[in-house]
Amino acid sequence: MKYVTEFRSSDLAKGLLERIHATSRRRIRLMEFCGGHTVTVFRYGIRKVLPDSIEMVSGPGCPVCVTANSDLDRAIALARLPRVTIATFGDMFKVPGSRGSLQEAHAEGADVRMVYSPLDALRISRENRDRMVIFLGIGFETTAPTVAASVLQAEQEGLENYFVLSMHKICPPALRALADSGEVRLNGLICPGHVSAITGSQAWVPFAKDYGLPCVVSGFEPLDVLQTVWMLVKQIEEGRSEAEIAYRRGVTFEGNTHARRVMAEVFETCEADWRGFGKIPGSGLKLSARFERFDAQEVFDVDPGPAVESVGCQCGAVLRGVVSPPECPLFRKMCTPEDPVGPCMVSSEGSCSTWYQFGGDLES
Amino acid sequence: MARDLVEKVLVKPLHNPLLEPLDDSATMPFSGRMAFTTDSYVVRPIFFPGGDIGKLAVCGTVNDLAMVGARPLYISLALILEEGLPLSELQQVVASIRQAADEADVRIVTGDTKVVDHGAADRLFVNTAGVGLVPEGINVSGANARPGDAVILSGSIGDHGIAVLSRREGLSFETELVSDCAPLAGLVADMLAACPAIRAMRDPTRGGLASTLNEIAAKSKVCIRLDERNILVRDAVRGACEMLGFDPLYVANEGKLVAIVPAGDASRVVEVMRRHRYGRDAAVVGEVLDAPAGRVLLKTAVGATRVVDMLTGDLLPRIC
Repeated sequence: MKYVTEFRSSDLAKGLLERIHATSRRRIRLMEFCGGHTVTVFRYGIRKVLPDSIEMVSGPGCPVCVTANSDLDRAIALARLPRVTIATFGDMFKVPGSRGSLQEAHAEGADVRMVYSPLDALRISRENRDRMVIFLGIGFETTAPTVAASVLQAEQEGLENYFVLSMHKICPPALRALADSGEVRLNGLICPGHVSAITGSQAWVPFAKDYGLPCVVSGFEPLDVLQTVWMLVKQIEEGRSEAEIAYRRGVTFEGNTHARRVMAEVFETCEADWRGFGKIPGSGLKLSARFERFDAQEVFDVDPGPAVESVGCQCGAVLRGVVSPPECPLFRKMCTPEDPVGPCMVSSEGSCSTWYQFGGDLES
Repeated sequence: MARDLVEKVLVKPLHNPLLEPLDDSATMPFSGRMAFTTDSYVVRPIFFPGGDIGKLAVCGTVNDLAMVGARPLYISLALILEEGLPLSELQQVVASIRQAADEADVRIVTGDTKVVDHGAADRLFVNTAGVGLVPEGINVSGANARPGDAVILSGSIGDHGIAVLSRREGLSFETELVSDCAPLAGLVADMLAACPAIRAMRDPTRGGLASTLNEIAAKSKVCIRLDERNILVRDAVRGACEMLGFDPLYVANEGKLVAIVPAGDASRVVEVMRRHRYGRDAAVVGEVLDAPAGRVLLKTAVGATRVVDMLTGDLLPRIC
């Protein structure tokens, strides 16, 4: 078992598609919450092989995309401080804030380094004691535990020049906001795979029970997504609404209790600003009082200035699933991966960039 | 760089009768249709699994010549050294330049070396230009693909890009993978002997197979449709791409070629390729259609067809 090739088998895909076509009766709309799933859906052309009765919409599950301009502006302002080194995941580099991006700050002399793990940021701190290294903590339940672990490690080592700007967010409150708004009618939810590895499928039970929304946790291979769609179609056609797992090789009902313990030790929930949604109570993670000295927001006094949204950018509506990328007047015209206006065109998991890369019109 | 050092470190290891006079220009007889190309190499790190910047430069120039059907003959070599580069590293690079040149049967006939201040270059930059001879009756060009032709790929994709990334600072990961960096002129000679009517050839370097085929589709005003199931991606490459969020179709190769040939000749060309060490995994991976012109399409594992676009921006690793 290599856990990749088996999940791209054409024969198995064909079998699943036949079952979906045979079972699906009602017109339904399914949301893939996670940007990683959107990539799979487009990269393998899954929308094109599903029955016409099934509509797929992309959700807000792209951590870079939902980061509000006010947070981006703060990160960029920190980058411009003397003796500060910013360590960040690559995705964040090109995202435009109200006035420029980290990349532009870097071009103007700011020390911005791309890392692949917060542990690399710790290493930079150790090797550059004369600089203050700020890691941009971004991501959902998937990444927050490793960032929490990096803070614990820094505390243990007595590193005094390591800081985290926490922009972490957790998924269930955003999903609740989406469901409560009633803006998009959904019949089923493709639940995020990596997030669920931490939270467990239990996180989605309230949505299945209270909102009557069938939920299935999916992996990221094409067969994972097809199996998830099939399980959702079955739930819908049978009138059930449960939180099920298609991604059994990665996710349990309980999730990763150790990772959640580490998260709870370092972070506490707070209100967070989501692009497209606004402030959602309890949806963010900030460093708890014990770790205040690692909290870049507390330690550094910067004025990022007022947050301004790009005129015409529809990222917010795209993230809520209300507008599809080609419906944005800037898409492919003023906004491209090379010269992005909004974050959904920058992140490799953003709907706009995915649509741009894989969703080209076959006929033109 | 001191004259005796140049003599010892460069001229001696690269020695051949055409280089020996060390005049301001190399002179040599030439008749026929000439192919002429140049490229600069700035790879980081300069040593990577399966090669180094020297081998890369020679193979890159040899392959650029081979891709228009030329037999590579002469190469120029210009080095820009960052002050402080250890002599042993330079010697190692020069040794692999010699080795790659010998394998490809090309002569380094002229060269230049400059040393710049620390920080003005990243260790070592290499520029090579090359001259080759295009045999009579051969007309290979990215503009020649025609509907009905077959698309042949010489082996697995993404090996070079992932091997280099695996050694990049801040990203080291363990892999058995080595770069596919290799001179392809011998393989191309065998292919042209079997099928002089080869229409187009390219080595899918930066931007990968996807970008290369997009260029051919645009130049030839045709559609190229690939079948994902026939494109070989090694498990190590697939695994690394999954981890980093890359698509192997866009990852660089340095020892692979894609050829567009008349459909009737495809099986013969593949057979000849498979007998060559650099074409053992050759396979037909797609076909040329007339419309939509300029587009590359991919038939995916689930049986859908989607557009494969040019690479836009850099490959940036994802968060989760």
